[in-house]
Amino acid sequence: MSATVVKQKPKTGLNIRKIRADFPILNRKIHGKPLIYLDNAATSQKPNQVIDSIVDYYKNYNANVHRGVHTLSEEATEAYEASRKKVADFINAGDSRQVVFVKNATEAINLVAYSWGRTNIKKGDEILLTDMEHHSNLVPWQRLVNELGAKLKFIPIDERGQLQMSKDKLQKLVTSKTKLVAFTHVSNVLGTINPVKRIVSDIRNLNPDAKILIDGSQAVPHMTVSIQSINPDFYVFTGHKMLGPTGVGVLYAKKELLEKMDPFLSGGEMILEVEKEKSSWNYIPWKFEAGTPNIAGVIGLGAAIDYLSGIGMKNVREHEKELTIYALEELARVNNLVTYGPEDAERRGGVVSFNIVNEKGKVAIHPHDLASILDSEGVATRSGHHCAQPLMKVLDIPAAARISFYIYNTKEEIDILITAIEKAKKIFRL
Amino acid sequence: MIEDLLYREELLEVFQNPKNRGKIANPDLEAKLLNPLCGDVVTLQIKLNGGKVVQKAVFSGNGCAISQASASLLAENIEGKNLEQIRKLKSNDILALVGINPTPARMKCALLSLDVLMEAIKQNGSKS
Ligand SMILES: Cc1ncc(COP(=O)(O)O)c(C=O)c1O
Repeated sequence: MSATVVKQKPKTGLNIRKIRADFPILNRKIHGKPLIYLDNAATSQKPNQVIDSIVDYYKNYNANVHRGVHTLSEEATEAYEASRKKVADFINAGDSRQVVFVKNATEAINLVAYSWGRTNIKKGDEILLTDMEHHSNLVPWQRLVNELGAKLKFIPIDERGQLQMSKDKLQKLVTSKTKLVAFTHVSNVLGTINPVKRIVSDIRNLNPDAKILIDGSQAVPHMTVSIQSINPDFYVFTGHKMLGPTGVGVLYAKKELLEKMDPFLSGGEMILEVEKEKSSWNYIPWKFEAGTPNIAGVIGLGAAIDYLSGIGMKNVREHEKELTIYALEELARVNNLVTYGPEDAERRGGVVSFNIVNEKGKVAIHPHDLASILDSEGVATRSGHHCAQPLMKVLDIPAAARISFYIYNTKEEIDILITAIEKAKKIFRL
Repeated sequence: MIEDLLYREELLEVFQNPKNRGKIANPDLEAKLLNPLCGDVVTLQIKLNGGKVVQKAVFSGNGCAISQASASLLAENIEGKNLEQIRKLKSNDILALVGINPTPARMKCALLSLDVLMEAIKQNGSKS
């Protein structure tokens, strides 16, 4: 029996009970209590459909891809390439040759920094980031600018965690030296949904030559994303946050860019012709997929996309919005609790960071202590700096607790979370 | 129950009213370490008596209840001990002192202060 009862029917008409039954892990007990998994921004759980697709590959058509003419290899290659098409359609990317499989979002960004950045960024050039980036969209750029003598600039955020992007503010930041602007679609700490389409067009108005990279790690799993409408140069995301397995991520890049870019890793698979002294590169996207790829992972990601498409991304977003509104209301009722990020659920994804503070507004229960106590009630949450230490500095907090939702979460789970928070306050005599 | 083990009354009492929190002006030994998992920071300062015995030990920093209480208890515990005895301290001694059995993820928090202490007395070894 799935432990959490679903009392209310959600507005989306989604059958959450049925969805929950697809996720075997939701039957787990943690310290004797039903698991309440609220750490989806770190990684999502996996439905049977995804798990089974991976097992099916290994049991029935395991073979290397693009190499053999035997039946198994053909089947594996077909499934691998079918996933590429699924990804391209899912994010409305157009030509699926613009979809490169990598191991995660981090690798996708490193690929761009290495293959595009090293040839296109020169001494004195500028890369513009924001104050809300995950370390994976910060550290690769730090290394690049340090190596090349270029410079990083940052778009600041306001006190509710929204980018300060008025036309004149942006005008000061985007200059003729700006070669790249890289920013997140949805913040993994604040939940802020950045108006990416508007940002892209504002940047292009100021500097049509600046390239734009968007980190979609927290967006693609939770809402409809159309690459052709947003029109970035690069867009990255990671499979394990969207019901897929770990070890597979996606780099979308415009065809013209991929064609000009140098390979990232080199070896087998990425070559066309190899002589003793030199080689020529394979066509895109395979030029960027050196060595045997994560075939099972890519197939699993395809199954995850099928699953999400079956539910409908509009419904996913609606369900999470409903949970977020409810959570914000309930958390607001808890004394001494402050939340971060936009107040308006329209402008935020299903991520809520918060802290328990004292009268002076200082953190009264360290998020780590809070997470341990919540865990003892079966509630899995994240605590810490969320791989965004510069953002923690901007917010002037050492760390934060974070809850994040997905399609299988319910309002009843939020009620249990609130009770567990009250319990933590009692233990800490607050 | 887990939280009863982790958050004993006595431990929270130490966390909320730590005895050896503070700074001293000219410490003989000092070290600072960060736990990258949660950003906890513990600084330990030691004043020696005759170059061998801990006369005063204080900690400062911020972080979770476990790391901060453990630092306070450890600082208190080493006062009056000589460096030879202190060098022999092991993880289990700290856990006994703190009186909890943390989950693997929280072990670092409990043992951060021991790492800082070892770092601090290492300096002494290199000086002499
Ligand atoms: C906004 C954002 N970007 C990038 C990443 C990195 O994803 P991965 O660790 O799969 O590369 C994460 C996940 O932690 C994230 O939340």
